[in-house]
Amino acid sequence: MARRTTTARKTGNTVLAWGVGLLIFFPILWTILTSFKTEGDAIAIPPKFLFFHWTLENYVNVNAQSNYLLHFWNSVVISLGSTLIGLAIAIPAAWAMAFVPGRRTKDVLMWMLSTKMMPGVGVLVPIYLMFKTFGLLDTRVGLVMILTLIDLPIIVWMLYTYFKEIPSEILEAARMDGATLRSEILYVLTPMAIPGIASTLLLNVILAWNEAFWTLLLTASKAAPLTAFIASFSAPEGLFYAKLSAASTMAIAPILILGWFSQKQLVRGLTFGAVK
Amino acid sequence: MTSTLRALFGACAVATFATVAGAQTTITVATVNNGDMIRMQKLMPDFYAKHPDIKVNWVTLEENVLRQKVTTDIATHGGQYDVMTIGTYEVPIWAKRGWLASLDNLPASFDVNDLLPSIRAGLSYNGHLYASPFYGESSFIMYRKDLMKKAGLTMPENPTWAFIRKAADKMTDKAAGIYGICLRGKAGWGENTAFLTTMANSFGARWFDMKWHPQFDTKPWHETMNFYVDMMKADGPPGASNNGFTENLSLFQQGKCGMWIDATVAGSFVTDPKASKVANEVGFAMAPHKEGVKKDANWLWSWALAIPTGTKNEAAAKTFVDWATSKDYLNLVASKDGWANVPPGTRTSLYENPKYLEAAPFAALTLKSMKLADPTHPTVDPVPYVGVQFVAIPEFQGIGTAVGQQFSAALAGTTTIDAALKSAQAITTREMTKAGYIK
Repeated sequence: MARRTTTARKTGNTVLAWGVGLLIFFPILWTILTSFKTEGDAIAIPPKFLFFHWTLENYVNVNAQSNYLLHFWNSVVISLGSTLIGLAIAIPAAWAMAFVPGRRTKDVLMWMLSTKMMPGVGVLVPIYLMFKTFGLLDTRVGLVMILTLIDLPIIVWMLYTYFKEIPSEILEAARMDGATLRSEILYVLTPMAIPGIASTLLLNVILAWNEAFWTLLLTASKAAPLTAFIASFSAPEGLFYAKLSAASTMAIAPILILGWFSQKQLVRGLTFGAVK
Repeated sequence: MTSTLRALFGACAVATFATVAGAQTTITVATVNNGDMIRMQKLMPDFYAKHPDIKVNWVTLEENVLRQKVTTDIATHGGQYDVMTIGTYEVPIWAKRGWLASLDNLPASFDVNDLLPSIRAGLSYNGHLYASPFYGESSFIMYRKDLMKKAGLTMPENPTWAFIRKAADKMTDKAAGIYGICLRGKAGWGENTAFLTTMANSFGARWFDMKWHPQFDTKPWHETMNFYVDMMKADGPPGASNNGFTENLSLFQQGKCGMWIDATVAGSFVTDPKASKVANEVGFAMAPHKEGVKKDANWLWSWALAIPTGTKNEAAAKTFVDWATSKDYLNLVASKDGWANVPPGTRTSLYENPKYLEAAPFAALTLKSMKLADPTHPTVDPVPYVGVQFVAIPEFQGIGTAVGQQFSAALAGTTTIDAALKSAQAITTREMTKAGYIK
């Protein structure tokens, strides 16, 4: 009897989990389906779910109209570049805050986070002027810099939370064995923190990949990433949902595949430190 | 000696080649994503054949993103773009600030006097042309001829709002999913505010008096809003407060609307058999007016090419603008894609061309509507501003959207019409006082 209840419960939970999962995934599924419809089918009332005239014409049009590979490469460089530089700065910073905290460490952490609270548009004009002065407009270097700065507080916070879980006694033992600061961070802390660093890296690559305010405003043609590629397919007139869906599918596909293969790390990254 | 000469010739040849290659100017053109602009990108080989020394980089963007980007760039003199696609709203504001290069000295072949006078007026400031129109539009009524016939009515060429209401009532068949009238309800200065401003013009209302005092507390605005909300509640589609141009276009194409009043550019979409279920049943008429009021509810808009001051490539940019907005370009499109696909609404000569008039059944009405929309005299009573469906001041984007939200809420029923107009009056008064218009 008890076993039957457990099975029923398990089934219920599974159904519920699948239901919630599908509900969350539905907008993406709908985008992918719409990308294979004609513009007429894309706006059909009632909506057509699977029984429509499947076509690849939107993908053909999107590829004819835009240089996908250039935008894709820009997205890769910008998201990976900003995350790796961010990690190089954040690992020592998080180490200091986690293992040698000062009186004001908590305040510094809060201050770093507070920079995320101001809407980006508030500093748009000064940053635009600085970019103009230093010749960084429409360059990948400029975008890597700005995205590093934007995501740095999150990287530091994530690593700090993860490092706090590592017992400081292990680092002390290494120090007693004569490890220098550099070898302590490189050979003792980093290997233990690899899962945390990996999930931080993945989450920040996704954040940088999806960033659409600065990447749109600070670029024109040369350094524009996939966000600009998507933005070019919305139209002020006529119908564009199918073409826009094709562009969106092409833009999210790489990050969706990356997320699929690294979901364990991602879940760990999203949940650690929440409830211990 | 021979070998020295050879080397010398070789060096000269390399130097000449390098000079030619180095002389190529690259210009960046920022534009919206519409059919006409995409077509132009495909026709670039013609431009390159005529101007091999100029290379064009395209930046195509969604309208609001484009507006945000080019505004930031021009305000900071960022210099990212050499040619910008902007509308009749931006031109007078930017020209006043000295942000745009004058286009007075385009070559004679450009024939500036051929531009439609209302469009030219909308793109000029102090008598100087600051942007060259690539495409122009007004607004008109698109209606279902079959439903009109079934209702036992005939659409006049210049209908009144009373006729529209009567026709909408008779065409509505909610059980069959047919709604007599589809109008914009989605909040935004370029969405419901644009439509309701033209509707208010045709009721004798205006945004401001000559001292910049908002006029939402006047009788014509109350009449406009009462008429709009009553008609939409009785004969409009459900959830109309979320419908903008694109949503109404899809409703009309699906055969759900009896009438739709919107941009003339939609004429070609609703008559396209590939996208519209009702392509063969669509009729057109002038935008309505209230009995006794001599203003129709038609607007005037143009996407135009402008050159920011301070660009290092002004000469090349002007060459491009001249090519893209010339008479020859219209002929080029016609020779490749047919007269029906020529960008409409910019030149008088196009509307005198029998081939074009034959290919575009709504061309004559578009021209008439565009001629009647006067951006310098948009209302019955005098106003201190330029613009038919907008007020060409920098503050209007913010104010227009805030007021549009009030109107949208009144349509959704979350606020009353009186409360919405009262809020619109308060918001506009506050912003105009803050901006220094009201002393």
